[in-house]
Amino acid sequence: MHDMSAQAHAAHAGPTGFIRKHVFSLDHKVIGKQYYGLALLAAIIGMFLSWVMRIHLGWTNFAIPGLHLLSKNGAPGDVMTPEYYLQLMTMHGTIMVFFVLTTAPFAAFGNFFLPIQVGAEDMPFPRFNMMSFWVTFVSFIVMVAAFFVPDGPSLAGWTQYAPLSAIGSAAGPGQGLGEVLWASSIAIFCIGQLLGSLNFITTTLDMRTKGMSLWRMPLTTWAWFITSIMGLTAFAVLMPACILLILDHVAGTSFFVPSNLVLNDQVQPHSGGSTLLWQHLFWFFGHPEVYIAIVPAMGIVSHILMATLRRPLLSHRVLVYSMGGIAVLSYMVYGHHMFVSGMNPISSIAFSFPTLIITIPATIIVLIWLASLYGSKMRLNTPCLFSLGMISMFITGGVSGFFLAQPSLDIMLHATYFVVGHFHFVMAVSAMFGIFAGTYFWFPKMFGRMMNDTLGKIHFWLSFVGAYCIFMPFHYLGLASNVRRYQAFTDDYLQPLIPVHRFITIAAICTGAVQLIFIYNLVHSRFWGKPAPDNPWEATSLEWSTTSPPPFDNFGGTLPVVYHDPYQYGIEDSTSDYVMQTDPRNIQSQGDEA
Amino acid sequence: MAKLFAVTIIVIAIASAIPILRHTWWMPEDISTHGQAIDEQMSETMAEAGISFLASQILLGAFIWQYGRPRPGEKIRRFPGGAMGVVIAAFLLVGTEVLALGAFGAKAWANIYLTPPAANAIPVQVQAGQFAFYFRYPGPDGKFGPLHADQINEANENFFGLDTTHDQDSKDDIVTAELAIPVNREIHLLMHAKDVGHSFFVPQLRIHQDFVPGLDLSVHFTATKIGKYEIVCTQLCGLGHYNMKAYLEVMSQADFDDWLKKQAALQ
Repeated sequence: MHDMSAQAHAAHAGPTGFIRKHVFSLDHKVIGKQYYGLALLAAIIGMFLSWVMRIHLGWTNFAIPGLHLLSKNGAPGDVMTPEYYLQLMTMHGTIMVFFVLTTAPFAAFGNFFLPIQVGAEDMPFPRFNMMSFWVTFVSFIVMVAAFFVPDGPSLAGWTQYAPLSAIGSAAGPGQGLGEVLWASSIAIFCIGQLLGSLNFITTTLDMRTKGMSLWRMPLTTWAWFITSIMGLTAFAVLMPACILLILDHVAGTSFFVPSNLVLNDQVQPHSGGSTLLWQHLFWFFGHPEVYIAIVPAMGIVSHILMATLRRPLLSHRVLVYSMGGIAVLSYMVYGHHMFVSGMNPISSIAFSFPTLIITIPATIIVLIWLASLYGSKMRLNTPCLFSLGMISMFITGGVSGFFLAQPSLDIMLHATYFVVGHFHFVMAVSAMFGIFAGTYFWFPKMFGRMMNDTLGKIHFWLSFVGAYCIFMPFHYLGLASNVRRYQAFTDDYLQPLIPVHRFITIAAICTGAVQLIFIYNLVHSRFWGKPAPDNPWEATSLEWSTTSPPPFDNFGGTLPVVYHDPYQYGIEDSTSDYVMQTDPRNIQSQGDEA
Repeated sequence: MAKLFAVTIIVIAIASAIPILRHTWWMPEDISTHGQAIDEQMSETMAEAGISFLASQILLGAFIWQYGRPRPGEKIRRFPGGAMGVVIAAFLLVGTEVLALGAFGAKAWANIYLTPPAANAIPVQVQAGQFAFYFRYPGPDGKFGPLHADQINEANENFFGLDTTHDQDSKDDIVTAELAIPVNREIHLLMHAKDVGHSFFVPQLRIHQDFVPGLDLSVHFTATKIGKYEIVCTQLCGLGHYNMKAYLEVMSQADFDDWLKKQAALQ
């Protein structure tokens, strides 16, 4: 692991041609930016889908001008059909979970910063790395292509429960070719994630520079390392599940379809499959996926908090152990998605306890963050605001987990908007705030220019209040038994809840519009932002010891040597209040207390 | 800005809790014998989650208020108790809380799902298909006739695929589109799906169970209040999912007997 030789640099010189430099690049930094760009594009599409869905839920017969351009059959006269709502909902969930929440905090930031933070010049398998991005890109194209096939995309939701997902077009529009495209896209996506995870793990274990012991790695590196182990095991299960699903469509198999199913008065030509098998396979991936989205955000927020609180967290190691604990437990809790699925009711109790217990490491992480605010010297810049906002969102999303971990309460809350509120807070908004915090924090390093802090603060304030206005009322709707995945609310008991939906729609449109400020800031700063110094936040980890942006080999020919724990902030008796990891001065470590 | 942020967090937290405390939007009235345990569990969980939520958000706000604008010359201070204190607090407070919730919740769950139906429970079969529920009563012989998937014919209203010509037990079976049950009598609901996954959810009845194609499942319950309630599907089943519903009518025993006779005459 120590002291990668200078020969490696010579062997890995920067390309000069446009294609090798910017398109099929082997440079982890370019690949990280490519992942970020893909996530940004996916987020814009996903957000647009949420807008039209929300408008439809508030005012079901409202004609959305121009919607027919997206699909003539799906939106005749610009009014969405019931099936088109479900198709857009499926695409919203899929695009957001896979191509935004997995891609941005893990693949984008991880690719760019993990090698730099451990003092490596690149990842050990640059070709695999390049392949991982382009495979993910192909996966995205296959997914989006479903919009343009005759029946449109699948309508079976991002969870794709069989046999709705496995029977074919008899089950509904989009369940033929659209469904095969969905399953193919996700299977391809899994390949990209597996290649990426292998690179992350190997980089962390084998490419650390001299002095970079495991405990000297920043919390972001730990978070990406833990996430990549989760990704390796979770995506390795989802991929075969998707392949079996494709086979049920194209090869006449019946992995997920039992016998004697009748559609349109016709007995389906399947037998011997199990519908619950899909749910077990999917959720064995699906629950760790929640943590694949949130653990990197935890790392990012911890990393940024220390630079902005000007102190080490209460304990570096306890935080790492807690993230590791969450990762291990994440495989034992997935059954809480299936309490009322027909699974053995004793299994429900068995899955309930680990689900409840996982709140302990999550609570430890929150308490470490909160206790670290105490007695700090906070610099309330935009990255700090988004990090603190993420803590607030994570707390809110976390406490609703107490309910959904219990099978007896799942009777009332399963498949209601309570679940929608829970996962949007704990997974989507928390991870998004982590992504925003990471963007404002690392943009100067990635592009060599500062983002506009005033615009960043406006973006934060409106997003913070807006996110609560959108997602908190979902819990109220769920408590009142408002079932999710309905394109319109025709039941008598749902009529009084429609005004709440309208409030949410207005909040979603406004909060979505606020994101345009972020996009403007991103694009404007990229080209016209103030040039960034090497270490604008007076931070300590290795990415701040190189230029902004870093050179092709990251450290300009000489790999750094590490002398300290990563978060030497709040140092007294020195000219500044921090000591960088590369600073050879003998200063007592304060990074860890437990 | 620190103080404004702190106040915003605390105001949002308290404002979020008010509709919960006032039950502005809440579970509908319970009409089952087993629902009280669920409702109590919900209230206890809400109290514990609510306290955790408010305490954490207020602490976050308070620390931002206090330390968001550091005064020059102020030194970094360590949280009393340190990391070990935090870990112990999390294990003791949250650990105890979640284990207690888990244990009591498991009991409420077991009362519903791990108890057998009473011997005199009324059997009713329910079939879910895109996008309707149908119910079958066994008729005077007390026996359900066998199902023949290949004989299902919606146009002829043979929703279950019964062969009343050859199957003696099917001849008196009563098929309806609504679920009528007598009040204060246990019902044993035998569930199967015709095509894809569906679900049976009656919020007032505190019953929620998926239909799983290929699996015969059952639930049992006793309704305690006469009235008409909506049965909704909660498992995404296709384009008509939002509109897949039926009515549960809880009636007196006499009214139920009359209803059953009328339905038998209509078959």
